[in-house]
Amino acid sequence: MSAALDLFTIVAVSAGVLFFLAGVVGLLRFPDALTRLHALTKADNVGLGLIVAGLLPQAGSVLAGLKLLLVWLTVLLAGATVGQLIARVARRAGPRA
Amino acid sequence: MAAAGAVLVTVVVGLVRILRGPGDADRVMAAQLLGTGGVAALLLAGIARGRAATLDVALTLAVLAAFASIAFVKGAALAQDEASRRDGEE
Repeated sequence: MSAALDLFTIVAVSAGVLFFLAGVVGLLRFPDALTRLHALTKADNVGLGLIVAGLLPQAGSVLAGLKLLLVWLTVLLAGATVGQLIARVARRAGPRA
Repeated sequence: MAAAGAVLVTVVVGLVRILRGPGDADRVMAAQLLGTGGVAALLLAGIARGRAATLDVALTLAVLAAFASIAFVKGAALAQDEASRRDGEE
């Protein structure tokens, strides 16, 4: 059982790191601000979500697990809000921004 | 620990976008990615070393990174309003 949980941790954390890598590649390679924002928010939400999910079995206590979930929910809320706000600024600034 | 290092390295590569620009929005996006990547690295390092306090640090960083982006948006919106008002008068 514990070996299965360890395996799940390794797979999920690796996938999370992969999403961060994809997000950075997208941030560097995509042609304009809105597509870059799209790549970035995927890395934020899914990458961090996979890492948190992978770390949950290793948390050790219920309190630490809840705190991990709280961190992820905070980042989800902030990422969704800030994504919309940045997109509005980028759109009003026009294609030159 | 290795995963924490990998996240940090990828995010630092992302900082190149701050230098290249071209717009302010791109720069703040890279800063936000640094915030989230920092949170992920802190969580990984905290669990790997068994230090519970690191989780609190990560939570604080998550909130502060959001505030940083919101402050940018408020400032940028003000600047755009003033610019459009000036264009309208001319």
